Amino acid sequence: MALIDLANPTRFLALTARVLPWLAAATTVAFAVGLYLIWAVAPDDYQQGATVKIMFIHVPSAWLAMGAWSVMTIAAIGTLVWRHPLADVAAKSAAPLGAAFTFLALFTGSLWGRPMWGTYWVWDARLTSVLVLFLMYLGVIALWRTVDDPSRAGRAAAILTLVGAINLPIIKFSVDWWNTLHQPASVLRLGGPAIHPAIFTPLLVTALAFLLLFVTLHLAAMRNEILRRRVRAMWLMQAHAAQGA
Amino acid sequence: MNLGPHAAFIVASYVMAALVVLGLIAWVLADFRVQRRVLADLEARGMRRRSEKPPEAA
Repeated sequence: MALIDLANPTRFLALTARVLPWLAAATTVAFAVGLYLIWAVAPDDYQQGATVKIMFIHVPSAWLAMGAWSVMTIAAIGTLVWRHPLADVAAKSAAPLGAAFTFLALFTGSLWGRPMWGTYWVWDARLTSVLVLFLMYLGVIALWRTVDDPSRAGRAAAILTLVGAINLPIIKFSVDWWNTLHQPASVLRLGGPAIHPAIFTPLLVTALAFLLLFVTLHLAAMRNEILRRRVRAMWLMQAHAAQGA
Repeated sequence: MNLGPHAAFIVASYVMAALVVLGLIAWVLADFRVQRRVLADLEARGMRRRSEKPPEAA
């Protein structure tokens, strides 16, 4: 199956039916291995003690928070430039997932910050820009719900998504551009990761599990959205037929 | 297992993560069941999308 064939929603549905069980199984295995490494293998941090275990949720959630908006940004280009039939389906389906992972990143970061920094929250650039990301997710979701016509909603949401993408480099480099309480990058940085392999390996496995979870849920949510649009199309046809009768 | 003096923060983080992940899975599964049921109901009433062939021509 060529990549262009996936532009056909019926073929996309057939593909998701085949791959979703495998993705779900891979996600389960990855989480099982990740949780084993976190709770049975990874040592406590020499400074933070056991609170480092919060990192294994916080960091993958934060990556997915930005990753989901990146997916929406690519989809927004697909909507506005190529009018790809699945682009706004992909964007709409990714938004609630991104919002959920952004909330999780903020929540776990707050719980990690209290024992490490002495506060649940501080208005530094990293925390504030991630909060802005969360609010933008809510805004895009609200926009999708406000406009009834999916294609009109898709174009409006795509413009908002592209504007919001400006926030992604701000989040990433906020710890470098401003003096923040949040620590600088420890993984994605020049010179390689600053984390010991005994903790870095479980982090990578957990991040893979979260990524597989996101891909699985995203494909499943896209499938649901395609079915929802089919239902809507049928209702509209029935309404037009009733008007013509 | 000793989680130290900040055990409540660690446990709360993992509980919330489990709730969020399970909530997302439940939402996706429930939405799928609803859409599939409504679609099957409409098709049972003879409704077809424009792009679908009528049953007698299939």
